[in-house]
Amino acid sequence: MTERKKSFIDRIWDLFASIKLAAVLFLLIALSSIVGTVIEQGGEPEKNMMLLKRLFGDSLAPSAYRFFETLGFMDMYRSWWFVALLALFSANLIICSLDRLPRIWRLVREPLKPLTPLMAGTVPIRKNVHLKGAPEAVREKLVRALKSLGFRAHDSAMEEGGYQLYSQKGRYSRFGVYLTHLSIIVIMLGAVVGIFFGFKGYLPIQEGYASDIAYAGDDTEHKLGFTIRCDDFDVEFYDMSDMPKVYRSRLTVIRDGKEVLKKVVEVNSPLRYGGYTFYQSNYGMVPDAQGYFILKIRGSSGKAVTVNRMLGESFVIPGTEIVGTIKDFSPALAMDNSGKTFTYSDMMNNPAVYIDFSEGGKEKYAGWILRRFPATWRLPDGYMVEFVDYWGVQYTGLQVRKDPGVWLVYLGSGIMTLGLYIAFFMSHRRIWILVRREGTFSEVTVLATASKNRPSFERKIERFIAGLSGGADG
Amino acid sequence: MDSSVLFGIATIGYMLSMVAYITYLVFRKGQIGVVATGITVASFVAQTAAFLMRWVEGYEMGLRSFWRPPISNLYESLIFFVWCLILGYLIIEFKYRNRSFGAFITPVAGLALAFIEMTGMSKEIQPLMPALQSNWLLAHVTMSFIAYAAFGLSFGTALMYLIEKTEKRSEPAYIFWTVSLGALIVLFAAMGLDFIKYHVLATNSEVIKSYLFRATFKSASAAVSLASWIGSVVIIALVWRYGYLLKRIVAAFSITTDLLDELTYKTIAVGFPIFTLGGLIFGAIWADQAWGVYWSWDPKETWSLITWFVYAFYLHARLMRGWKGRKVAVVAVVGFVTVVFTYLGVNLLLSGLHSYGTLG
Ligand code: HEM
Repeated sequence: MTERKKSFIDRIWDLFASIKLAAVLFLLIALSSIVGTVIEQGGEPEKNMMLLKRLFGDSLAPSAYRFFETLGFMDMYRSWWFVALLALFSANLIICSLDRLPRIWRLVREPLKPLTPLMAGTVPIRKNVHLKGAPEAVREKLVRALKSLGFRAHDSAMEEGGYQLYSQKGRYSRFGVYLTHLSIIVIMLGAVVGIFFGFKGYLPIQEGYASDIAYAGDDTEHKLGFTIRCDDFDVEFYDMSDMPKVYRSRLTVIRDGKEVLKKVVEVNSPLRYGGYTFYQSNYGMVPDAQGYFILKIRGSSGKAVTVNRMLGESFVIPGTEIVGTIKDFSPALAMDNSGKTFTYSDMMNNPAVYIDFSEGGKEKYAGWILRRFPATWRLPDGYMVEFVDYWGVQYTGLQVRKDPGVWLVYLGSGIMTLGLYIAFFMSHRRIWILVRREGTFSEVTVLATASKNRPSFERKIERFIAGLSGGADG
Repeated sequence: MDSSVLFGIATIGYMLSMVAYITYLVFRKGQIGVVATGITVASFVAQTAAFLMRWVEGYEMGLRSFWRPPISNLYESLIFFVWCLILGYLIIEFKYRNRSFGAFITPVAGLALAFIEMTGMSKEIQPLMPALQSNWLLAHVTMSFIAYAAFGLSFGTALMYLIEKTEKRSEPAYIFWTVSLGALIVLFAAMGLDFIKYHVLATNSEVIKSYLFRATFKSASAAVSLASWIGSVVIIALVWRYGYLLKRIVAAFSITTDLLDELTYKTIAVGFPIFTLGGLIFGAIWADQAWGVYWSWDPKETWSLITWFVYAFYLHARLMRGWKGRKVAVVAVVGFVTVVFTYLGVNLLLSGLHSYGTLG
């Protein structure tokens, strides 16, 4: 097609095929994102108002607030213009790649041709060496040397009795950039699928209870299609501190009345079932709940038995007449300087149970048994009462998510990693060796190009030449 | 001897090597250069030993599993950043047999170390919160810091490039680098004053956690604070006025601008893929595992993305007509400023759900 006035469509195409537009979009997205990190997204209006007052002063803040709010900066990443920026960016990326792909495709597919004198002037790497012997005599040596560089040589004859050896490798590395660009589109696609077909919600379950519905952000119910039961929830702490080490929910999945899966869910180790993922998110105590004290008791026989009792109930230490009665409970027992006990938290940081022991109706001893302190489990007579758990009073808070697009995001991430590796660490290298007779010598000219990291290829070629001549005149 | 003593020795060593490299740059005496390299290598060995010791200490205290290297809070990660930066620097020094880079790269390490001291951040070996006990997080943090170190190197070489390439005081690129360098010097001077006031003179008996800029910008006295701002402007103006002198100094070391440009590109070409995989992808996988969202636009994530975009901008700007050279070097410098903000600014100035990295 010769000299034709560019149509409107052509001009749009050219605009979207340009890196200039990409540069502008990079900047616009980056700059607007900065604003989005300063103004708290989806935060309370008062907080952002305070921030604006600090930035613009009391009198300007309300108008600044209205300005930012109208433009959607309070929930910027979902605003129409930010989404439009991302869409433009994707269009830019796709069209830019499509625009260049045919040329790259030809470059990659076309077999390498011998070098014409005209082309030779544009090749960036050029080295010369004189070798003893006629061109035909050094050919074997050159081919072998090329092989050790990793090239398989092709050759062609030239007029003046000389010849040309040429070869290329790594030509497919030219696609690395396109893989990288493609991966961005795949990731964005995954995000879009997630936004339109995913579910994000919340599910609190008390120990011993089960639920087949989760709650979306606006508290609407969402049927899961199966039931999740919380068998137990527990927090483990670092040694003697209140620094949590592990949050642990034992969950069971029930489908059609049958238990199909059991899993211990921890932070960083979610439960996946039926397209949903359940994450350990938070926990708490259920107000006014009556739970069971689970105690492991070792009597005179030395064998341990486990009993469940509620507050106020009693048990007998096996093989003895000693009766223990559960009198009191503290989720987090502590002692002040004078030795008086008190509860320092309403979470189960240091659960303790107060038990009265009597024999034949006569008081024997009484005291606190602390779950985290094995020393308190031993009774004065040598029997053991281990406080295993106060069960049924806590709930686990699970974050529920269904994201059918996440695999696309992971796929895209994989492609991106591969693409970047190829784009930055592999190179399309071409080499031509021109050999001409010069008296009893051969004049060898090595010309080469590399799409990446040319200096290192150049050093390789210098070594190649030094190896050929054995350090002789160059 | 425990690891903190060795870390202390390494910190002092790096500060000395920074001074030595700058002295070497100014006086061009070969012996000074050798001394600078010697101190750097020795400090690096000390730091490596300290790192290994701290690893074992954490394990022996029962706070970390054996497979968890000490790279998990702000202090440890900054130290690790310095380690990577110095390692990368030493590789460049040995490969290119030129010591002049040292004067531009060791100050980056120096700033990080001074920042640690002045903010009085906790150096304790802390137990890991449940959310932080993840191998993805470990890979994420480790690779992010390797990438940050690579970006730190490109910052140094890009700055040198600009110094060598510009001399007209009205040129935007010249104004840019003199102001950047001036700001760097101001930061150093301010921290130096903090150090003198609170450590050497110790005029203040009350316990303050963070000394950062207390002696200058954040001083209780409005006069001192005002004087600090004026002083900063004066320093920056002086750098702008006499900055061209640096060009002669750098030029004397026969590093071509082409080499500097290549080094800047190369370090970014290493940093960018590592940052993409470790910083963005592994970070997203960790968030997905721990919180159930791979991307939530919280400030830390967003700033990582901004950093990524700036470096993507750098890579593409090299392909644009009229952008090669000075302008892309400016982008490389800006890139590292966003790195610093992503890492420190977000924690200091913006809030986020990454509890990992607060000044504790
Ligand atoms: C965040 C998004 C992007 C990333 C991460 C990215 C990544 C890359 C990378 C790593 C390279 C190789 C650079 C080098 O080798 O130095 C590259 C090259 C390139 N990019 Fe992008 N890119 C992005 C967006 C775009 C967009 C929107 C366009 C649209 C114009 C574009 C056009 C190009 C072109 C034309 C090349 C050169 C290709 C070649 O050398 O054959 N990129 N990109």
